[in-house]
Amino acid sequence: MHSFGYRANALVTFGVTILAVMCAMASLSDNLNFPSPTAHIQVMNVNWFQKQPNGNDEVSLTMNITADLQSMFTWNTKQVFVFLAAEYETPQNSLNQVSLWDAIIPSKERAKFWIHTTNKYRFADQGSNLRGKEFNLTLHWHVMPKTGKMSADKIVMTGYQLPENYR
Amino acid sequence: MDWQGQKLAEQLMQILLVGFAVVAFGVGYTIGSFQMMLLIYAGGVVLTTLITVPNWPFFNRHPLKWLDPIEAERHPKPQPAVVPTKKKTSSKSHQK
Repeated sequence: MHSFGYRANALVTFGVTILAVMCAMASLSDNLNFPSPTAHIQVMNVNWFQKQPNGNDEVSLTMNITADLQSMFTWNTKQVFVFLAAEYETPQNSLNQVSLWDAIIPSKERAKFWIHTTNKYRFADQGSNLRGKEFNLTLHWHVMPKTGKMSADKIVMTGYQLPENYR
Repeated sequence: MDWQGQKLAEQLMQILLVGFAVVAFGVGYTIGSFQMMLLIYAGGVVLTTLITVPNWPFFNRHPLKWLDPIEAERHPKPQPAVVPTKKKTSSKSHQK
């Protein structure tokens, strides 16, 4: 500590170490938050439902998505990525996941929302299995913290069914 | 900066940084603002730098007392009289 350089070096080293400890504590403080998000999705309309020339089924839906994700925002949350997936079972695959819609929620104020939308990404099957198919709509989310580990979770909503015939 | 000044500077640096960190984390967590935590801590680091890094006068209150030159002359350095004999013996043994 006898010279300007030594003191500056000691201060910067100790300061950065403490900063790392503070970030670790901020990350740990997220464990005190127990989120209770809610989501509700209504399929308003099947706009069209057809077989593509290559033999794959494709359907277009109009949905009402209502969700309240405010409780997953803490002081250490940068943003939340949320996406809606249709999940169903076919003889070939025990789980098919088709992403229908997604969004980035940048702040707590925007985490309680209602949106009326058609599927943003195409709902197409690998094959011709969609007629009369029961499927789940699952709202997945990834919480991106300012410091620390990303976490993911989901809400599964069951009991949706596609029509028996193409239209 | 004298010895006690150096000790004081190091202790001040550690206490101030930890103090600012505790305050910054407390305030940030309470008002739910990560940015506020970083701002308070950054301010604290700047203030601590200004207090402990420059060689302020209050770090020089305990100057070392060197002996006067006269005192040193009364107790002269031992002359290097032994060294040449040692060299001789060592060189002799080497010749053997």
